[in-house]
Amino acid sequence: MSKLREKTPGFIFMALALSSISALALITVFIIVNGAPIIAKVGFIDFVFGMTWAPSEGEFGIFPMILGSVLVTLGAAIIGVPVGICCSIFLAEFAPVPLRGIFRPAIQLLAGIPSVVYGFWGLLFIVPLIRDRLGGPGLSILAGAIILAIMILPTIISISEVSLIALPRHYKEGSLALGLTHWQTIRSVMMPAAKSGIVAAVILGIGRAIGETMAVIMVLGNAVAVPESILDPVRTLTTNIGIEMGYASGEHQQALFATGIVLFVIIMILNLLAQYITTRRPR
Amino acid sequence: MRIIVAGSTSVQPYAEILAEAYCDMYPEIAVDIQGGGSSAGGTAAQTGTADIGMSSRALNQQEEGLYVIEIAKDGLAIIVNPANPINNLTLEQVSAIYSQRIDNWSSLGGNNAKIHVIAREDGSGTRSAFVDLVMHNSKISPRAIVQDSNGAVRQLVADDPNAIGFISLGLVDIGERPVKALSLDGVAATHDNVVNGSYNLTRPFIFVTKSEPRGITLDFINYVLSDEGRRILLAEGLVVD
Repeated sequence: MSKLREKTPGFIFMALALSSISALALITVFIIVNGAPIIAKVGFIDFVFGMTWAPSEGEFGIFPMILGSVLVTLGAAIIGVPVGICCSIFLAEFAPVPLRGIFRPAIQLLAGIPSVVYGFWGLLFIVPLIRDRLGGPGLSILAGAIILAIMILPTIISISEVSLIALPRHYKEGSLALGLTHWQTIRSVMMPAAKSGIVAAVILGIGRAIGETMAVIMVLGNAVAVPESILDPVRTLTTNIGIEMGYASGEHQQALFATGIVLFVIIMILNLLAQYITTRRPR
Repeated sequence: MRIIVAGSTSVQPYAEILAEAYCDMYPEIAVDIQGGGSSAGGTAAQTGTADIGMSSRALNQQEEGLYVIEIAKDGLAIIVNPANPINNLTLEQVSAIYSQRIDNWSSLGGNNAKIHVIAREDGSGTRSAFVDLVMHNSKISPRAIVQDSNGAVRQLVADDPNAIGFISLGLVDIGERPVKALSLDGVAATHDNVVNGSYNLTRPFIFVTKSEPRGITLDFINYVLSDEGRRILLAEGLVVD
């Protein structure tokens, strides 16, 4: 009897754990079942590298959108990664304790702002700024990159900071005892030691940027063409689904699921990469 | 009792007003209006998910066999920012702008600035009506900015002095910041010109049902087509025969 009482919670927890895994399985299967037929029909190469997207005319090429996702994410990384890493070093090493108490919750708050609010703010503030100062329609790669850079900051800052704080105390103490200055210690001891955590932070930030939809739908302009400058509008894989799902039916809908498959694979690769880097044994 | 109406987001606001007036008279009947777009409206009517589908374009091949009731006509307005000096374009010029054979306002007599072309997304009824009516031998350029609602197109044109877009005529004057509807071939985009047929950028607003409507569905449709229903549509800026 008491044995049963011991075991029952285990079974209940396992059942609940299984249900979350099965949700993943269900979604994966659903996306693949709905998206695979159109990839098979169009041909994988023509689908992924096709330059024309006109579902109502039977043209399903998503290359401009893959390029759009890559460019916007790259832009976000160029802006967001240096800022994020510097901020995490500041928090871990330089910030006086009271300031730390303000910064940390503030960054958490940044993560809590709904993405639609970022998009709305971008549309009303960043887009007109770019249009008036730099030209073009304002809806652009640049606008999307700026918004996403802000959105990935919390991910990058918190994970890098944790990996800096988690370093064994004797790394820093030993380095200082050997006569290195504080900055030399950070640069040549702590940063290399925390490298895997920082790289994982960047990859997870990038994963977040690639998957973001709502905020960028509002500021990217969604044109399905290869851009010529960072002031041109583009469409990403996520916004393609977001903007067209309302009206899609038949093959058009399948093609949007197929877009989801491509996105799914990209994000899976990024996550596995991050996992591999963090779990690799430090040399 | 419940009537489910789903489909075109262009027809949706008008259907909501009609439903509200109808439910005031028959409080025991609920009319449930949902969006989704013209294609979704056709599918919903076919599969029976909705009693009535709404569409803002002629039926396509997949939708043949549905029972069609035209409730009104809507004008399609070509809009620009009020700061744009251009007031009139020919249909040919609009087509050239959207296919980007013309990409600067100066070649149309306007400012020396690049034209920011704004279109709707593939699958939208407004887009397919525009393509049918304007883009006879050409395609909308892939470089065109794409927005997913009449409202978003209107907002962008109101903000950007070099933008051009197309929206439902009834929505031109709705909104805080003004946009300017262009005359086409010298004919002003007004309600009266749509009625008298001189402004011919128009499209049908239709209800579709799976088979000949019956019961409360028929009753609601009859209400929409009644003098009272037509008066409401007319007052909202649509064109009824």
